[in-house]
Amino acid sequence: MSDLMAAQKAAADPRDRGGPAQPMLIVDGFKKYFPIRAGLLNRQVAEVKAVDDVSFFVMKGETLGIVGESGCGKSTLARLLMHLIRKDAGQLILDGDLVGEASGILLDGLRRSLQMVFQDSSSSLNPRLPIEQSIAYGPRVQGASRQVARQQARSLMEKVGLNPNLFGQRYAHELSGGQKQRVNIARALALDPRLLILDEAVSALDKSVEAQVLNLLGDIKKELRLTYIFISHDLHVVRYISDRVMVMYLGQLVEIGPVDTIYEDPKHPYTQALLACRLNMDPHERVDAAPLAGDPPSPVIPPPGCRFHTRCPYVEDVCKTTSPGLGDVLRLSPKQHLAACHMVHPRSGHSSAPAFAA
Amino acid sequence: MSEIVADSFRQPVRDPVSLVPVRSYWGSVWQRLRFDYVTLFCLAVILLIVASAVFAPWLAPMDPDKSSMAYRLRPVGYRNFMLGTDEQGRDMLSRLLYGGRISLTMGILPVMLSTLIGGLFGVVAGYYGGKINMAIMRTMDVFFAFPSILLAIAISGSLGGGITNQLLTLTVVLIPPLCRVAETATTQVRTMDFVDAARSTGASTMSILFTHVLINVISPVLVYASTLVSVSIILASGLSFLGLGVSPPTADWGLMLATLRQSIYVQPLVSAIPGIAILVTSIAFNLVSDGLRQAMDVRA
Repeated sequence: MSDLMAAQKAAADPRDRGGPAQPMLIVDGFKKYFPIRAGLLNRQVAEVKAVDDVSFFVMKGETLGIVGESGCGKSTLARLLMHLIRKDAGQLILDGDLVGEASGILLDGLRRSLQMVFQDSSSSLNPRLPIEQSIAYGPRVQGASRQVARQQARSLMEKVGLNPNLFGQRYAHELSGGQKQRVNIARALALDPRLLILDEAVSALDKSVEAQVLNLLGDIKKELRLTYIFISHDLHVVRYISDRVMVMYLGQLVEIGPVDTIYEDPKHPYTQALLACRLNMDPHERVDAAPLAGDPPSPVIPPPGCRFHTRCPYVEDVCKTTSPGLGDVLRLSPKQHLAACHMVHPRSGHSSAPAFAA
Repeated sequence: MSEIVADSFRQPVRDPVSLVPVRSYWGSVWQRLRFDYVTLFCLAVILLIVASAVFAPWLAPMDPDKSSMAYRLRPVGYRNFMLGTDEQGRDMLSRLLYGGRISLTMGILPVMLSTLIGGLFGVVAGYYGGKINMAIMRTMDVFFAFPSILLAIAISGSLGGGITNQLLTLTVVLIPPLCRVAETATTQVRTMDFVDAARSTGASTMSILFTHVLINVISPVLVYASTLVSVSIILASGLSFLGLGVSPPTADWGLMLATLRQSIYVQPLVSAIPGIAILVTSIAFNLVSDGLRQAMDVRA
């Protein structure tokens, strides 16, 4: 129901172009391979498949959580979405418009609609700029006068709970971690975006401040009709804030679905293992053995077949040769749940696979 | 709302708007510098030396080039010669004042030029990285391979003497170290998230360079440049000493030191005077650069 209500709200938004049913963002087949150069002539000897054919969509007004181990490509994906690094392949459709193509909207339009809150709150603020100027920089760049930009920065600071008279002229090092992250959120909001990418935005904060910032994010989302992509390794936080969750492993999407379905009935063994790692409030239910041993395999030479088969407890021969598909993510309804595992797909050859499509 | 209260509980009772003026980076640098008396004193010394050089024609009691065989190598305080006379009987004070004009020019102008040129190359190399960085920094490495005095002698020797050529030589010699400092600082800044944040607002490269990169690069570069002023004076003196700088009748601290060194056993104090002038100037510049570095570090 909440999806529907959010969609109706978004429909009233004057910035809306594609209608309530049009996803805020469609990502189609994103790829990013980082070259590894070596040798005398700096020849490319290999490539890191950081993001390997990832497709998904984000509905208007929803929060999509992205989880996965360190190095699975979450942050690379965020930077690709922001066009901070060049993608090797794939298309980005923002509210029905293709971004960066001759026929679609320009990058500048994307910039105003899509903003990001960075993980490291201290390196994401210019140490020699008072924070009011840091926030006002975006509007200035987009053509606002000094006065207007300053006024906007001050009202945004109020919105994120910082008194502009007290904090406006401070430098980043004069703020605490939570305050810095509020400034980062204010700066991201300065261009009146519709989608905010939160890349580990609360991971570096201590628990009480993290809760404050999460509440703040919830409040401004309602107030400003935002859509969130929330990247985190903290599974509890993701469950708290997300409507849908997607799980990444080694540059690929392995499972996607509504948050409760994923948390209560994870289909992919990797998701199951991730969820088993969560700490339980009950001391009797202590996690003794690590559900996942070792490091993920090298993304330079990903294992053939299913990329998870080297660590999977249910591995069978089919997993080592055939890569399991995820299904058509882009035709999915937001309520559906998909997993890239042979045990889910009927007649895949795995002994646990269902006989018929469910 | 509770978190809002928690953040602003230190709010003063009085109207805070009037209490918080808009702060600028350079304003806060000056606030710190104001109470650094050593730096201020050294700044005053430098200003004094610069003023004495600028106003040398009015301050000098005698013609700096007029020699007199009767009054050679007189001690400090001899009759009208407040600082004595040199080996040709010329007034040391007048020569010192006039010599400062050339020596200070040699100290400051090449540093300014090479800060501009080297800084520009360094920022470009650091910001763009890749092949551009490679091309610029490897070229600088070629210059780095020679000791600076040797490089100066080589360039000066091939260009010939004279003030313009000496300026040119010193500028070329000082570009590589400044370029390296600017490149290092830029490379550090470029990878910081706030540059990415600025890029994601759609800002142009120029805007990012001026608002976000330069302000973080300028302080290490300026501080390093100010230490180079004394290096440049000493290099220039060395060139003049070797006969590669200004030609003999002209007054120049380095040249004076060179010609007076034969008289060190006859008039040790008089012979040391140009050296003292070089020493005081370079110490003053070094201390100012120290103070500047502290004042420019916002975190201190």
